[in-house]
Amino acid sequence: MTWFTRRLRRLAPQLVALAIILGIISLIAPGFLTISVQNGRLYGSLIDILVRAAPVALLTVGMTLVIATRGIDLSIGAVIAICGAVAATLISDGYSLPVVIAVSLGVGIVCGLWNGILVAVLDIQPIIATLILMVAGRGIAQLITEGVILTFNDDTFAALGSGSLAGIPIPIYLWVGTALIIGLLMRRTALGFLIEATGINRRAASLAGVRARFLLFSAYAISGLCAAIAGMIVTADIRGADANNAGLWLELDAILAVVVGGTSLNGGRFSITASLIGALIIQSINTGILVSGFPPEFNLIIKAGIIIVVLTLQSPAIMTLFGFIKATRRSGKLNHGTKEATR
Amino acid sequence: MIHARNLPFVTTLAIFVIAYGLCILQFPNMLSTRVIGNLLTDNAFLGIAAVGMTFVILSGGIDLSVGSVIAFTSVFVAVLVGSFGVHPLTAFLAALVISTLFGCLMGAMIRYLMIPPFVVTLAGMFLARGAAYLVSTQSVPITHEFIDTMLGFYIRFPGGGRLTLLAMVMLIVFAVGIIVASRTRFGANVYAIGGNIQSAELMGVPVGATTIRIYALSGFLSGLAGIVYTLYTSSGYSLATVGVELDAIAAVVIGGTLLTGGVGLIAGTFIGILLQGLIQTYIVFDGTLSSWWTKIVIGILLFVFIVLQRTIIWYSDRRLAVRQLKEV
Repeated sequence: MTWFTRRLRRLAPQLVALAIILGIISLIAPGFLTISVQNGRLYGSLIDILVRAAPVALLTVGMTLVIATRGIDLSIGAVIAICGAVAATLISDGYSLPVVIAVSLGVGIVCGLWNGILVAVLDIQPIIATLILMVAGRGIAQLITEGVILTFNDDTFAALGSGSLAGIPIPIYLWVGTALIIGLLMRRTALGFLIEATGINRRAASLAGVRARFLLFSAYAISGLCAAIAGMIVTADIRGADANNAGLWLELDAILAVVVGGTSLNGGRFSITASLIGALIIQSINTGILVSGFPPEFNLIIKAGIIIVVLTLQSPAIMTLFGFIKATRRSGKLNHGTKEATR
Repeated sequence: MIHARNLPFVTTLAIFVIAYGLCILQFPNMLSTRVIGNLLTDNAFLGIAAVGMTFVILSGGIDLSVGSVIAFTSVFVAVLVGSFGVHPLTAFLAALVISTLFGCLMGAMIRYLMIPPFVVTLAGMFLARGAAYLVSTQSVPITHEFIDTMLGFYIRFPGGGRLTLLAMVMLIVFAVGIIVASRTRFGANVYAIGGNIQSAELMGVPVGATTIRIYALSGFLSGLAGIVYTLYTSSGYSLATVGVELDAIAAVVIGGTLLTGGVGLIAGTFIGILLQGLIQTYIVFDGTLSSWWTKIVIGILLFVFIVLQRTIIWYSDRRLAVRQLKEV
């Protein structure tokens, strides 16, 4: 089996699910699949999905690594709010764009490192360790914006959220680029492999000479960094920092995307590509419900229904059942074969 | 000598007493029974939900659906009573049955499909919130004679404070919760599952039935919390109580329950709730602090308690190791 077919096999369930969902939406809403060029920029529902998916997709990249280390990062929604608040404050204070971006990314990494300290050094369970920043983070963001929705007027920074380059909206570049860089870093070096080793058994990995503590730190730092980029996109998109609502519950969407992408919450093997397809599935559902003309009240319940179906099909119990059916069928064939042979 | 396991609880209690003492030194009026009565009433729904959360966390699980179930129950009751003219008691009963069944279903998914509780209850959170939107997206007010008599019922403290019916419900739930956790077979099973699920199963603990009961209990208490919340605000709104599950989890952790399961006390959660209420009351009394300081202080408290728990575990592990070394 070549590398490509193996990859395709791994991604098949997610790709099929995405295709089915897109198919259903295009049946309900004609014109869903059309893409047009207006004012030198691509328009259409599919492009919209790719743009709107940017924050969740970015979070998903970091979350996949964190989950692969057998952790979880609940704080990224709050980190979005903090980084957005920092970016908006600096922009309205008149700092130049590179400074704003550098400081925001730095703040995101610091948030990630804080989580890393709690998880890797103090050995606190990831879910609680990151809960601290999740609870306190929005308070900190409000402290930075002094409790108001901080708006700004700076077209170059706003372009991060709503601008386009060569016809393609900038958020798409940002998330695809980040995913590519981190994906290549993981898979073209041994990093990804070592992260998997840490996630499967941290003690064993440490004893084998893997610097598990450093890897945990970097996973959480990357997660913070991705959240910072997402925070800037969200802030630039609405030209304001809303400490209460920016990135609210996005961490849950990101976790769902990773789970739908087939990476186990118990750590170990991960696929950033599959997680990203998971993120696209979630965004397609969101956009699809909107363009299909359902009342928005149905949005959450349809989403929950689809997610429950996907989760049930992927659950260990059903997987074992499938494996059992397959095995009995194969052994049936085998028995048949041996009978033939003895005859 | 205090057992190392109860040390987090004793610490929380000590911190609460000291913090309350400091508050009284600054604002003597905080000692009044009015403040205490209000503190209990304001946090009644959170306390009830936190009791369910304590059971779930003691068993090593987590329930993220709490806030959404509260919102669903409140809007469901409000619509039944306000728009359809159903008697409040019937509406309460229907809401409790639905929320309990909802919890059962989540427990069954966790047990039989072997999906992690975090993911199942996350999906449950979306489902319950979605169901609440379906019922109504508006804020539905309720007025009913029966509800007015319920709200009018209270015990007067000396000094003008009132122990309202809502606060009484919370206190009763805590009392029953403490008895169930420490004095019944179900409670023992919950601790056993949280301690080590494989050992529990080998010892003959009915893990499946207990898991389903735990989540059903959490669903039931979330439903009850929803009813209390409806009475407290006299309305139902599907966007309300977003993130209440986090406050409940924070109260449980501050109360000294380990999130890994198996160790903790319901009484600790009560102190956790009181401590959160105290912070809010202090901010109101101070008047210059902004509301977001609540979140930051709760975050700091969480940090302090988690580090404290780690230190205790580390210390007791080390003591155990030293003892074993001596024996050798």
